[in-house]
Amino acid sequence: MSETASKGQDYESSLSSASNRVAEFEDTRKGLIHRIQHALHVTPALVPLIVLLAAIVIFALTLGSRFFSPGTLTLILQQVQIVGILAAAQTLIILTAGIDLSVGAIAVFCSVIMGAFTFRYGIPPLFSIPAGLAVGTAIGAASGWLVSRVKLPPFIVTLGMWQIVLAANYLYSRNETIRSQDINEQAPLLGLMGERFQLGGAIITLGVVAMIVLVVVLGYCLRSTAWGRHVYAVGDDAEAAELAGVNRHRTIMSVYMLAGFICGIAGWVMIGRFGSVSPSASTGVVGNIQSITAVVIGGISLFGGRGSIYGAFFGALIVGVFELGLRMAGANAQWTYLLIGALIIGAVAVDQWIRKVTS
Amino acid sequence: MTQQPILAARGLVKRYGKVTALDRCDFDLYPGEILAVIGDNGAGKSSLIKALSGAVTPDAGEIRLDGKPVTFENPIAAREHGIETVYQTLAMSPALSIVDNMFMGREIRRSGFMGKYLRKLDKAAMEKFAREKLNELGLMTIQNIGQAVETLSGGQRQGVAVARAAAFGSKVIILDEPTAALGVKESRKVLELIQDVKRRGIPIVLISHNMPHVFEVADRIHVHRLGRRLCVVDPKSITMNDAVAFMTGAKEPPSDLAAA
Repeated sequence: MSETASKGQDYESSLSSASNRVAEFEDTRKGLIHRIQHALHVTPALVPLIVLLAAIVIFALTLGSRFFSPGTLTLILQQVQIVGILAAAQTLIILTAGIDLSVGAIAVFCSVIMGAFTFRYGIPPLFSIPAGLAVGTAIGAASGWLVSRVKLPPFIVTLGMWQIVLAANYLYSRNETIRSQDINEQAPLLGLMGERFQLGGAIITLGVVAMIVLVVVLGYCLRSTAWGRHVYAVGDDAEAAELAGVNRHRTIMSVYMLAGFICGIAGWVMIGRFGSVSPSASTGVVGNIQSITAVVIGGISLFGGRGSIYGAFFGALIVGVFELGLRMAGANAQWTYLLIGALIIGAVAVDQWIRKVTS
Repeated sequence: MTQQPILAARGLVKRYGKVTALDRCDFDLYPGEILAVIGDNGAGKSSLIKALSGAVTPDAGEIRLDGKPVTFENPIAAREHGIETVYQTLAMSPALSIVDNMFMGREIRRSGFMGKYLRKLDKAAMEKFAREKLNELGLMTIQNIGQAVETLSGGQRQGVAVARAAAFGSKVIILDEPTAALGVKESRKVLELIQDVKRRGIPIVLISHNMPHVFEVADRIHVHRLGRRLCVVDPKSITMNDAVAFMTGAKEPPSDLAAA
């Protein structure tokens, strides 16, 4: 094969005697810190898990059994169930390098739809609940289409959608609240997610079960199915994913629709949690920031393509532990916000540090 | 040649605003050959390759595969026709593993219940396949098949991208600058792989600026200039100097070589 190459270009003949030894990269950075950095790079949910366990241990030591009891710990689960579910939806969007400011508004609107369909039109809850979930999915589809086809930035699309959905929610509901009495008497299915059962001293609601099941199912889908790999690939580098054979449009549409559907579930859980249907529930206004906070503390990169949904779940729990623990300790509620603010910045700093493992 | 080209293009036009990247460009790839495409920067090589691989849709012109007109709306469509491309940008997801990247868009699912209803991926089978393909390419310097692509060196990344195309291409393999980021030894491996793929009967389109590599492996050289095919030359009958002269416009190709 060297006939075609002239003498001057015969720079490869020494290759035959080149070392055939597989290049072995002696890892000289064997220090503990480097090993931790590597472990975190491989398992991104580890940081929030450690923070969560540390927070529980610290509160348990300072507050004793008042905090560290099955009752209190499961109370935290109940308090984070809505944010936890919204964070699951937010995770999907953020993994595709998007952001969804409308999750809370969609959840409230879906709960209003479920309530209004049941009480205004007399549709049995068995159908009004799926109708609410369908509306959530449809709103997600609209956002997804605008992001994928019209190529608008997700921030803008969902900022607009947040206002539109919230306004539609007030207009459609005529700002009326459906009382818990009526729900209990006429449509107990609407409040199903508030159904509670006891395990020892622990009190679990169906909403909490829904949250955990959702996280586990999504964790499986993201990790072990082709769809999940495509979600990560699209978030990592959309153009590369497309050239490699991923249907970008379908992936983005599926993610936004699924996120809308999950917001619908959050709406159903809200009815169970609050007992009533209220269009002015605070989730509509702060649900987006709460879910983004959980996702960021959970170590999911806002630039997309990195992180684990378990991280977001732990992130939601961390916020819940801080809120309840500090309240029990008698601290001013502002301390909670201050600490959570520090955690957000800390989490992103850790994320940057972990990524240095690659450079 | 009396053979029918396996992949051919006639009169391709692609404009980006006022810039004409392809100006009634023709292209022919015959079965079993290695066709090198050379041309200056900005001559439109990449646009030609993107049109052939479905990454861009030409404004006019026709692409024929096995004599039948085809239109590729996207790279997936081209891939389904058996055309695999290694892009200059490599088209890899840095945060995902080598295996994930190799099987992106064509993942293997488990058999039985887990695969059919839960759509679980068969990671073991994919890892085994990926490892074999990388070994064939001599890319054994990769320690862990599950490591993220971003932890690989530039050459290793390119090797993985070439291995991916070689593993799945059934009709045509297009390589856009496959040795640009590689060391001498890795380049040699890629050139050997190209010969190997040719022996398996799959024709290759090779875009390269590296004249020694082009003259070593190519059966024919398509010289691209100003958005169209200037001529097709036989590397055995002309010198590298002539090829460079044609490509840069320093010399006119003999009229019998000039493309119609």
